Amino acid sequence: MDRTLTVPGRYDRLEQICKFVAEGATEAGLSESESSHCQLAVDEACTNVIEHGYGGEDRGEIAVTCETSRGELIITIRDQARRFDPGDVPEPKLNADLDDMRIGGLGLYFMRQVMDAVEFSYDHDGNKLVLVKHKD
Amino acid sequence: MNISTVEQGATSVVAVVGRVDSATAPELEGALKKLVDAEKHQIVLDLKDVEYMSSAGLRAMVSTLKSVKRVNGDLRLANPSPRVEEVLRLAGLTSIFSIYRSREEAVGSF
Repeated sequence: MDRTLTVPGRYDRLEQICKFVAEGATEAGLSESESSHCQLAVDEACTNVIEHGYGGEDRGEIAVTCETSRGELIITIRDQARRFDPGDVPEPKLNADLDDMRIGGLGLYFMRQVMDAVEFSYDHDGNKLVLVKHKD
Repeated sequence: MNISTVEQGATSVVAVVGRVDSATAPELEGALKKLVDAEKHQIVLDLKDVEYMSSAGLRAMVSTLKSVKRVNGDLRLANPSPRVEEVLRLAGLTSIFSIYRSREEAVGSF
């Protein structure tokens, strides 16, 4: 089953987006931990759309679609911000001394750590990010 | 998100309730900065009632930690939930922050 939530690109919508994803995770039969992972990944992705894609709040919409099947949640995030290239995002510098630590890029890093698939693309409808989580 | 601060001796205990994400992290960072600016450099962040934290929250905490460490202070964490602790671990921050199971332990560690 597919459901889509479209919201203005604002940080105060992140909680609503996370609740929407949590519902999809429940429908897909994912565990609480797996659901948390999906929520974190989508939160980080949408934050990046607002901050880096649109360059601020209230500059565009974000559409989040949850496709559920038994044991699998596929989340698609769409925006009309400038084209995003994940290759442009620096790796965060973790496990470093505090003064050398670099937290930038942590959102993308988290997505790749907690989701089973993270796929960026761009077409006539804008940026498309597909996140997949399978039940363990 | 709600933030409350109490002084326990020379230590400031900041208790956070709710979600810490890009919408609310600036408020947390502001509250911590206010303490640092008031020369309160021994800070315990009680995370018992933090139901969710994203990298925005981590950024606020790391920024504060850097500030207090410069003046021989510390920001110590108390009671993170498993969910928050996992986010700390994913970011490699469990070796950077001192984390305690209770507020009392964290305050007593100073």
